Amino acid sequence: MHDTPAARPGHDGSAPNPYLPQIATVSEVITETHNIKSFRLRLDDEEARRNFSFEPGQLGQLSLFGAGEATFVINSPPTRKEYLQFSVMRAGEVTSALHGLKPGDKIGLRAPLGNAFPYNKLKGKNLVFIGGGIGMAPMRTLLLYMLDKRKDYGDITLLYGARTPQDLSYAQDREDWLKRKDMRTVLTIDAPAEGWEHKVGLIPNVLTELAPSPENTVAVTCGPPIMIKFTLQALEKLGFQPEQIITTLEKRMKCGIGICGRCNIGDKYVCIDGPVFTYAQLKNMVNEL
Amino acid sequence: MAMNAQSKFVSRDALSEFLAELSARFRVWAPRREGMEGAGAVMYRPFDQAAGVELDKKPTESAKRVLFPPAEALFRFRRETDGGLSLESPPDPGPTLIFGLPPCDARGFLIFDPVYAGSGTAGRAQDTYYLRRRSKTVLIARACSRVLSTCFCHWVGGGPAGSEGADVLALEADDGFVLEAVTPAGAELLEGKALRPAGDKAVKAAEQSRASAQKNMLPAPGISEAPEALRRRFDDAPFWRDEAAHCLSCGACTYLCPTCYCFNMTDEGAGTSGIRLRSWDACMAPLFTLEASGHNPRPDKAARLKNRIGHKFSYYPSLHGQRFACVGCGRCIKSCPSGVDIRRVVTDALGRETASAGAVPGKEKRHA
Ligand code: SF4
Ligand code: SF4
Ligand code: FES
Repeated sequence: MHDTPAARPGHDGSAPNPYLPQIATVSEVITETHNIKSFRLRLDDEEARRNFSFEPGQLGQLSLFGAGEATFVINSPPTRKEYLQFSVMRAGEVTSALHGLKPGDKIGLRAPLGNAFPYNKLKGKNLVFIGGGIGMAPMRTLLLYMLDKRKDYGDITLLYGARTPQDLSYAQDREDWLKRKDMRTVLTIDAPAEGWEHKVGLIPNVLTELAPSPENTVAVTCGPPIMIKFTLQALEKLGFQPEQIITTLEKRMKCGIGICGRCNIGDKYVCIDGPVFTYAQLKNMVNEL
Repeated sequence: MAMNAQSKFVSRDALSEFLAELSARFRVWAPRREGMEGAGAVMYRPFDQAAGVELDKKPTESAKRVLFPPAEALFRFRRETDGGLSLESPPDPGPTLIFGLPPCDARGFLIFDPVYAGSGTAGRAQDTYYLRRRSKTVLIARACSRVLSTCFCHWVGGGPAGSEGADVLALEADDGFVLEAVTPAGAELLEGKALRPAGDKAVKAAEQSRASAQKNMLPAPGISEAPEALRRRFDDAPFWRDEAAHCLSCGACTYLCPTCYCFNMTDEGAGTSGIRLRSWDACMAPLFTLEASGHNPRPDKAARLKNRIGHKFSYYPSLHGQRFACVGCGRCIKSCPSGVDIRRVVTDALGRETASAGAVPGKEKRHA
């Protein structure tokens, strides 16, 4: 059962310290909803800023020194280099502290972490984005990336839902998405609301009603666990194969580099093997979402 | 490794002198009995000539704290008056030596190594803190001349006189120890003045103690099928509910384990300065996987025990060359306040295809 052990690992001093954040400055704070704010950051070090590269779907660890670290997807696309954007839902100690940030404040960043959406393999495909609540954040990265490289991709449909109109983020983006002729945007809320001109109904139901064709199409979805569960069922009923469905997982993370042992699903680590998985991959993993 | 010309002898009386000699070059750690005479736990502590070394009773805790401290500052942060922020990493550790650890503890570090060295996947991050210490640490293991009823190192590829992972192996012989070099770094340690060449009599006694411990171990069941069996068992909820029924979620098992390497990261201090702390954490703790949304993928102790056993006997082997992430030290069995026995969980998983099929012969039947 045992291999001969490899030579004792050493450390030659050249490997970077993976726990040391880079210092960044908050350039803009956008209040999205009553509990979600988006932060735009710039790395302080000019060289680090120039060398920083990432792919849509990758994560970052934001540090508020004294409060701690928390994990978020980078939700601005790599095609827009002026800032890195993170959307933070207030839910605990660190996120509450993050909500107190103002432009000019210092923050720590460890990024990029994890894998990315297969944006190259998706070239030439039709895309259906299905985002629920804060789950729109990772969708936004890939969607903006594709809109910036519009001719590389086929038809793009976005279905974005939240509980109430006030729970929808990215107001400016939404206005733009609704106006664009090169994509179809459908917004939905759970229950009727005064002045609402879009769909009313749960995301999986609206998806079934829209009935996108699975032909040469890939669905990308992210949202709360219960929404994902029924969305996957709806997609399968529409004829989407597990390989045609991509999702990005949220897990409690600490190290973000596959060491601290916190984010595993069986022998997969969401921080390095994910956060992006196809539904086919998820089906092969142990059932512990 | 066979006895060879390099083998040396150190008497129990000269041990202290040998360790004092080594202390000039290394920060030496050794097991020591704590608390009231005879009653306390045996813990790894910086060597102190006055306090002595405990080599007869198995250390209560594992040696992992030397390379993976229970709490360590990853960096210090400081807010400058001009609004700037500075981060300061801790200084490099110096050369370190662990003396007197049992073979299972020496092997325990081999479980840490590939994870902390980021092996396997290109571009994986390396844990510079662990690796700096690891590359400057030498291990003088001492073979066990007595085995405990909880010891099962031989189930998982080790043995009471195993030298894997050690630089020197010390074997009990008469009134002292025969020291065998296992690695070049170990050979170099045996050049000390407090040592004399091992004579024929000592070598013979050492061979005897090597053989006798091995003899005292009961035959090991084959558990090479455990990775697959545990995978198949994943959705067998009654099985896991049953195995975890008495667990208190105290985490003692993980804290004492030489291969449990999970950690937490938290900040201490606020205002103008503080530290980011890395501290041991336990997958047996209810909040370990609790997400910000309130969702917990491992909501009960059955799910948590399943992860702990699954990681050691299924997930880790599948990622790291089929090596189990358990060295069979038995500490989790000995120190569990409610009698959870990892050996039984593994053999049960191997033995019963479905929860309702009854217990393995000879095992207590817990499914009426
Ligand atoms: S020591 Fe025993 S009771 Fe405590 S967490 Fe481990 S298995 Fe459960
Ligand atoms: S799981 Fe238990 S027996 Fe195995 S190495 Fe850890 S403490 Fe020792
Ligand atoms: S967050 Fe530490 S292993 Fe994934």
